[in-house]
Amino acid sequence: MPLTLEIVSPARLVLSRSVDMVVMPGYEGDLAAMEAHAPMITLLRGGVISLYEGGAVTDRLFVGGGFAEITPDRCTILADDAVPVAELSPATAQRRLAEAESAWAEVDKTDVNARDAVLDRLQSTREAVRVAGAAPGQGG
Amino acid sequence: MASLKDLRGRINSVKSTRKITSAMKMVAASKLRRAQAAAEAARPYAERMSAMLSRLAGNVAGTPGAPRLLVGTGKDQIHLVIAMTADRGLAGAFNSGVGRQARTLVRRLLSEGKTVKILAVGRKGRDYLKREFASNMGEDLAMGGRKTIEFSEARDVADRVFAMFERGEFDVATVVYNQFKSVIAQIPTEMQIIPLPPPKAAADEGARAVYEFEPDEETILLRLLPQNLAIQIYRAMLESNAGFYGAQMTSMDNATRNAGDMINRLTQNYNRTRQANITRELIEIISGAEAL
Repeated sequence: MPLTLEIVSPARLVLSRSVDMVVMPGYEGDLAAMEAHAPMITLLRGGVISLYEGGAVTDRLFVGGGFAEITPDRCTILADDAVPVAELSPATAQRRLAEAESAWAEVDKTDVNARDAVLDRLQSTREAVRVAGAAPGQGG
Repeated sequence: MASLKDLRGRINSVKSTRKITSAMKMVAASKLRRAQAAAEAARPYAERMSAMLSRLAGNVAGTPGAPRLLVGTGKDQIHLVIAMTADRGLAGAFNSGVGRQARTLVRRLLSEGKTVKILAVGRKGRDYLKREFASNMGEDLAMGGRKTIEFSEARDVADRVFAMFERGEFDVATVVYNQFKSVIAQIPTEMQIIPLPPPKAAADEGARAVYEFEPDEETILLRLLPQNLAIQIYRAMLESNAGFYGAQMTSMDNATRNAGDMINRLTQNYNRTRQANITRELIEIISGAEAL
């Protein structure tokens, strides 16, 4: 039985269907979930979620971070923001990165939580810029 | 008795009022549909998040290092009341319902000797509560009357609440908002968000399975809890927004109907007066002719 994947963002249920495998950007490195995976809850970095069906990637979505819960037959991803990679706009990504960089310049580096939050945002926006730049045929 | 001209003027003015209220009703109805869809679309995330949270919380709740958002500060002295209303009126008892509920809550807390701070989201609630509790008002946030509510707005409110909590400015936070029951029923509801009420024991098989955590429970919880706070506030905002349009639609419908009744009454009155005038003139003519 394939894995039931659900991706939800605060505003809506983005996607819900069965896939053979899903690769997601885990907090400590990318990880893949297939059926019969051990139950697990993980944080996500900003990055691309790839859906595999029949040995090929059928969909790629960019998430700006979030949480994932994996059980043997389900995978639930609570994404802060999920956008199909093809719809990422390099210009928006650049702007967000610039915002994150100025936030980094201003943040109180002695406040560990605030610093980490901004660092994660930097990582996520950098990744968005990289992914958006790599996606072919995308106008601003 | 009013003259014919006066009556005609009144009829016309009530008619144009009816036009306005019925247009407002239409607008509210179409906005309601969108707001309701948004409120429903936000449900899956909130549900899954609380499921995940209950799984995590079960593992951490007993330990001494448990996050304070989950277990509270251990005190119950300073309360934060977040009153969520709309920025605009003309929606029947929508705003005053929340206002009254919040007022009762604040009065009760004050009589128990607690310190109360009020954070008003939405202008109407602020104005309402300011009258009685001017000294308790904190900063307030307008909803801005935008068409749709973005998650980032809820995030801003949550960040502010979270920062206050981190600074130790309150121990318990409660949101008062209108729960969207149906188009005609909005129920002012109190919802405690800090500390988080203990999740209902999830008895499904998922809760019993042993989870791996990456990085570890506490780190995940530290992220999950503020996010959950934002989500709860987001949900309350969406419900309140949908409720607002529902209430506005209902009250504008009533107003339109009342205006219709009024027009009927005035028209009847107008016709009677007109007939009386005609009759009187006829009598004058006839009795004049008879006298000759």
